[in-house]
Amino acid sequence: MEGMTFVEHKKPFRYQEGNLTVTRGSAWSAPGCHLGCGVLMYTDADGKLVKVEGDPENPFNHGRLCVRCLAVPDAVNNLERIRKPMRRMGERGEDKWKEMSWDEAFDLIEEKFKYYKEKYGAESVTFWQGTGRDIAAWITRLAWSFGSPNHGPSLNGLACYAPRVYGCIALSGSFWVGDFSQQFADRYDNPEWKCPDIIMVWGNNPLVANSDGAYGHWVTDCMRRGSKLITVDPKVTWLGSRSEVMLQIRPGTDAALALAMGHVMIEEGIYDKEFVNLWCYGFDEYAEVVKDWTPERAAEVCWTDADSIREAARVFAKADGACIQWGVALDQKEEAVTACQAVASLLMITGNIDNPGGMIKPPEVLMYLNGWGFDLISEEQYAKRLGPEKYKFYNVGVVAASAECMIEAMETGEPYPLKAAWIQTTNPLTCMGVDPQRTLEAFKKLEFIVVVDPFKTPTLIALADVVLPVAMFPERNGIRCGDGAQRIETINKAIDDPSLKSDMEINLELGRRLAPDAWPWDNVEDMFSAVYDSIGITFEEAQKQAPGYMPFEYYKYKTGKLRPDGQPGFPTPTGRLELWSNMMHSVDLPQLPVFEEPVPGPVTTPNLYEEFPLVLTTGARRWNTFHAENRENRYLRRIHPEPAVQINPKDAEKLGLSEGEWVWVEGPKGLSGETGRCKRVVEITPTILEGVVSTDHAWWHPEGDPEKLYDVFDLNVNQLMPWGCGPSGMGANYKCLLCKIYKVDGGE
Amino acid sequence: MARLGMLIDYNWCTGCHSCEVACQMEYGFPPDQSGIAVHQVGPWKIADNDWQYDYTPTLSKQCTLCASRLAEGKKAACEQHCQAQCIKIGPVEELLAVLDTDAQSRKALLVI
Repeated sequence: MEGMTFVEHKKPFRYQEGNLTVTRGSAWSAPGCHLGCGVLMYTDADGKLVKVEGDPENPFNHGRLCVRCLAVPDAVNNLERIRKPMRRMGERGEDKWKEMSWDEAFDLIEEKFKYYKEKYGAESVTFWQGTGRDIAAWITRLAWSFGSPNHGPSLNGLACYAPRVYGCIALSGSFWVGDFSQQFADRYDNPEWKCPDIIMVWGNNPLVANSDGAYGHWVTDCMRRGSKLITVDPKVTWLGSRSEVMLQIRPGTDAALALAMGHVMIEEGIYDKEFVNLWCYGFDEYAEVVKDWTPERAAEVCWTDADSIREAARVFAKADGACIQWGVALDQKEEAVTACQAVASLLMITGNIDNPGGMIKPPEVLMYLNGWGFDLISEEQYAKRLGPEKYKFYNVGVVAASAECMIEAMETGEPYPLKAAWIQTTNPLTCMGVDPQRTLEAFKKLEFIVVVDPFKTPTLIALADVVLPVAMFPERNGIRCGDGAQRIETINKAIDDPSLKSDMEINLELGRRLAPDAWPWDNVEDMFSAVYDSIGITFEEAQKQAPGYMPFEYYKYKTGKLRPDGQPGFPTPTGRLELWSNMMHSVDLPQLPVFEEPVPGPVTTPNLYEEFPLVLTTGARRWNTFHAENRENRYLRRIHPEPAVQINPKDAEKLGLSEGEWVWVEGPKGLSGETGRCKRVVEITPTILEGVVSTDHAWWHPEGDPEKLYDVFDLNVNQLMPWGCGPSGMGANYKCLLCKIYKVDGGE
Repeated sequence: MARLGMLIDYNWCTGCHSCEVACQMEYGFPPDQSGIAVHQVGPWKIADNDWQYDYTPTLSKQCTLCASRLAEGKKAACEQHCQAQCIKIGPVEELLAVLDTDAQSRKALLVI
């Protein structure tokens, strides 16, 4: 525990307050987001959760909470929750079940998985997780110890976070996040920290999205301390309305904008010449690439204005400490990795890496994105992973399998047959998976499917043969090792419900049955202590002392602390930040950033654009939900009750649309010749760029008919998206599509 | 006892609804009732790079300014959970003093 800083507490992690018991802890999943805010959970004498408050002692959120954690009691106490394991009695798609005991369920799953392993190889059993919440460590260990390399999210092209992470690694050997002082226990008061002069908010609305482990309202905290903003978004967000420069751009053109900003910085000589000379590699080649990207050229591509591009470049380059709070918009285009290169290059040529108020390398207990227990799978089994054959980039760092390749293998039985799926706290037919009808048909070819979830979902009704009910975060213990700067942080059980098991308890129990050597722990608490082994703290000690902060210093590249050999520089082949990337070169991808027009798109497919004359972006976050989650929560549903499509008043007028009416949003499914559509409520707003519309993702109606799959095929916007991604295998067009909009007929 | 009020620095209110749900949970209100409700003004474009885009909470008859929480030394549920930290509850006289010293930001003073 050397060098660790722990937060002092006035009370133990569990105490009485009047008639209520208070349990201090951290909120992760389920339900939950990427963060892990500090919470105080209040339970009554019957052990019922009555209230969740923010923990004022926790430096992460300073007592604040967003609506989703505040409303958690309505989810935990929901009478529709699944509370017993079940097996299907009718056909897939029917809502007919028989309850079973946990032992019966585990016996059945063990028997089936061992059978498929024996008969078809462990690779025939696939393991599916959702986004990066409290799952990656445990499900990867389960898959790998069982011997299956076929694990991953159902996300097309791993198009969230991963392209930015691996894109950054390709250039610098590390990932970087904006410096909001989150690595320090004393936060904004830490003398080493500097408030960023400029926060460039790019392709996300952090106040709502809270992406990458960044608590969104740290941005307003910093604004109050002097930070100015640049915002890049198709929509003028609340932050955009308070920005020095607001760049409204066409979805999918981020790389063009970034190249033009680089152009201005070089043309005007305002980049950090000393930093570039000392620490960057490939500057001349980069300068050559951006030479042609005048702001005028980019303005035409991006549907924005050249003067604002110049202004943004100047403001960013001249800042003393500038960070980029970037988001999933960069990942959700086929050429995601090169777009991330283009944006990251701006950080490099301005020296905003490893500096106070710039970008920091997040301290980590466990790089959870790469799973836990990779050594458990044999080289022979790992070589069978679906993905690397099609996408070379999967050979450099990425450990997940490609969802697209797994779907194809389900359909064709090639290169080998897939037989079973373990779908754990994810809802692929509603949220991550594209072309959900095709996804459904592919999964239906599997002989045996287990779904682990707190609620019945479209995926569960459509596919599960066995269902395991999962505990929510107030009902379990855990550790928070996730996105962004990690800290020692425990999730503490406030409710004891023996009928439920947590994700980790389920994985431990199944792991002990399938691969006992890899799961030597009697309980999950000992397993958590094993993860914390490198820190030298047990789970029980951490419960009492958390949150705990690891030692942190800036400018590690100067002192040799970034490289395994202890030499100054960055952990790249050249030891420098590689504007020209050797890693990208090694996998036959562009070494330097390039811009590619989206396909289909206004420029690449003019005929389709004539029929579908609006550019569509999807998935902008709403306050009340996290992806497909929380839609059953009465307090949250009230805030945004139905899926909306946001449209500029001029476009609405052209189409004769009025506020609040139901419409179909229909668009081409790539170049397949097919289209897909979904129902939406019109929301007219001048904040959205003319010619662009934006819609919510992951919609279903938990109140709907289960055997109509809760209306998911009326509501899921992913029906406009085909499987398949760009050349790197990372990034898919979730956020740059084409569509047309027309009214829903009375009977529909 | 001095009259209590709520000072809202509505230049900073981001419209996150945390005040509403924190209040609902504290007092067990049904989903369609609360002691506090967030309202939106805008967005509309006044001129290039100049937007009217505000939110601000107002209080319902059910608001007590969390007198019981204040007595325990806690902040009101809305004030504590306000993500943008734009709510301050206190004696009206103290809040008026804040108004005098911070003339920069647009504010609203609410009393019940």
